[in-house]
Amino acid sequence: MIEALGRNILNLTQTAGEMVKLFGQTVLYFKEAPRNLPSIFRQTAEIGIGTLPVASVLALFVGMVLALQTGSELALYGSQEAIGAIVGLSMVKELGPVMTCLLVAGRVGSSMAAEVGAMQVYEEIDALKTLEISPIRYLAMPRLLACLFAVPALVIFSMLIGIAGGAFISDINPVINVPYNVYYENMIRAIGYLDIVKGIIKATVFGGIVAHVGCYVGFKTRGGARGIGQSTTRAVVMSFLMILVADYFLSRLMM
Amino acid sequence: MSGFFKKLMHGFSQDSDPVTNYEGSKGVGLRIENLNKSFEDNHVLRDISLDIQAGETFSIIGPSGTGKSVLLKHIVKLITPDSGKIYIDGQDIFAEDVDKKPKGYRYSMVFQTSALFNSLSVGENVGLWLREKRVCPENRIRRIIREKLRLVGLEGKEELMISELSGGMKKRVAIARSLAMNPDLILYDEPTAELDPVTSDELARVIMDLKKELQLTTIIVSHDLNFALYLSDRVAMIDPEGIVEVGTPDQIKASENPVVRKFIYTTTKGIKGED
Repeated sequence: MIEALGRNILNLTQTAGEMVKLFGQTVLYFKEAPRNLPSIFRQTAEIGIGTLPVASVLALFVGMVLALQTGSELALYGSQEAIGAIVGLSMVKELGPVMTCLLVAGRVGSSMAAEVGAMQVYEEIDALKTLEISPIRYLAMPRLLACLFAVPALVIFSMLIGIAGGAFISDINPVINVPYNVYYENMIRAIGYLDIVKGIIKATVFGGIVAHVGCYVGFKTRGGARGIGQSTTRAVVMSFLMILVADYFLSRLMM
Repeated sequence: MSGFFKKLMHGFSQDSDPVTNYEGSKGVGLRIENLNKSFEDNHVLRDISLDIQAGETFSIIGPSGTGKSVLLKHIVKLITPDSGKIYIDGQDIFAEDVDKKPKGYRYSMVFQTSALFNSLSVGENVGLWLREKRVCPENRIRRIIREKLRLVGLEGKEELMISELSGGMKKRVAIARSLAMNPDLILYDEPTAELDPVTSDELARVIMDLKKELQLTTIIVSHDLNFALYLSDRVAMIDPEGIVEVGTPDQIKASENPVVRKFIYTTTKGIKGED
């Protein structure tokens, strides 16, 4: 048992070291981004436009459920007018960034791990190396940059949709019965610019985590189709965990 | 303004000055000395030593699992050896001192799986190195792509996607992609794997034509004996114990070495109709 524990700790530290090294190498290649603009644009479009419909539905219903459940409870104490502030702050500071990035991790992170993993398994990454093209510059750097651009934009959009969903329920639900103007007035009073900036910082960090984990896991893929499948699952699980852990520490840091 | 959008589409650095030298192939000599490689308990390469002349077509034959592909991956520096040296024109490719490493030579490898990039078209695959290394302006890159595709008999197929190609065409695109580098050394890993005999023959003809037209050094790893004997100036036979024999195709055919005899017998008995 001690041997197994030791092995797991060694594996964990090795993975952490490799991830830090890959991140450093990827960031160093940022200066060569102009050479990879087509790839960065393509990735940004795939991440942003491709995730937008699902992210909109998710944010809309998260906002609606939040308003419905919180509003009903607040109505018991006659404080339902605070619903705009509660939904707004929740969407901007926490739910918008976290929920959207978990969705991006499931949709984009898994796809990155599968794509890079398949390239690893089918020797395409070896082929890149023999062509003297760095796989980190060609594959990881454009994906990381694309996530750093697309995910915050996606999160801002999700925040707005979620807030709108909350406003809609607050207005039409007879128990809550908070009109739009009251909802928005309370919300605007509660949310400061700094809250929005904090939400965007979280989104940027989470977006970076998704891309980085997807590429790292992809590069480490071994075996055939089974290995690719395992990498896909591993990328999603690792991204979820890292996003949630990073969320706590970022929230604590930015309090 | 339209120039700006064009650059956005193709990347900002396409028209800048070339950063990579793009001279014709010249062929390089290769010497392998006592190369050893193990993967955990599996000792794959045992004291491999070979001497390959500049411009020579050299085949390494042997049964599956004897480390032929691993040997090739050492030559293109995808794997580092546990011990032993590889010299290109007398300079150690794994030398720690950068000044002692060989400079100014280009190598490329045609992988067993072809390893083409499915998201790119045939032309984009062939021109990938040229564009990434900013070897020359875009219009010249297009000319080079056309020329390399002509060499492998795929003229005018630039726009096809990889999924639209047959196995043999994929191999030929992979060769064209390698040739686009103007390599001094080209390595083929099991070029006839998964190909039918007719397509293998066509591929052999392509490699023969390249041999006549270009001066590059060619190393082929194969378990297809006839293919190797047909194409090569010299052949090395490898088995789990290391290099068994090196010689011209005629010397290999006439070899009395029991390992070579057994390999020839098992790979040709269907043709000869022996028991």
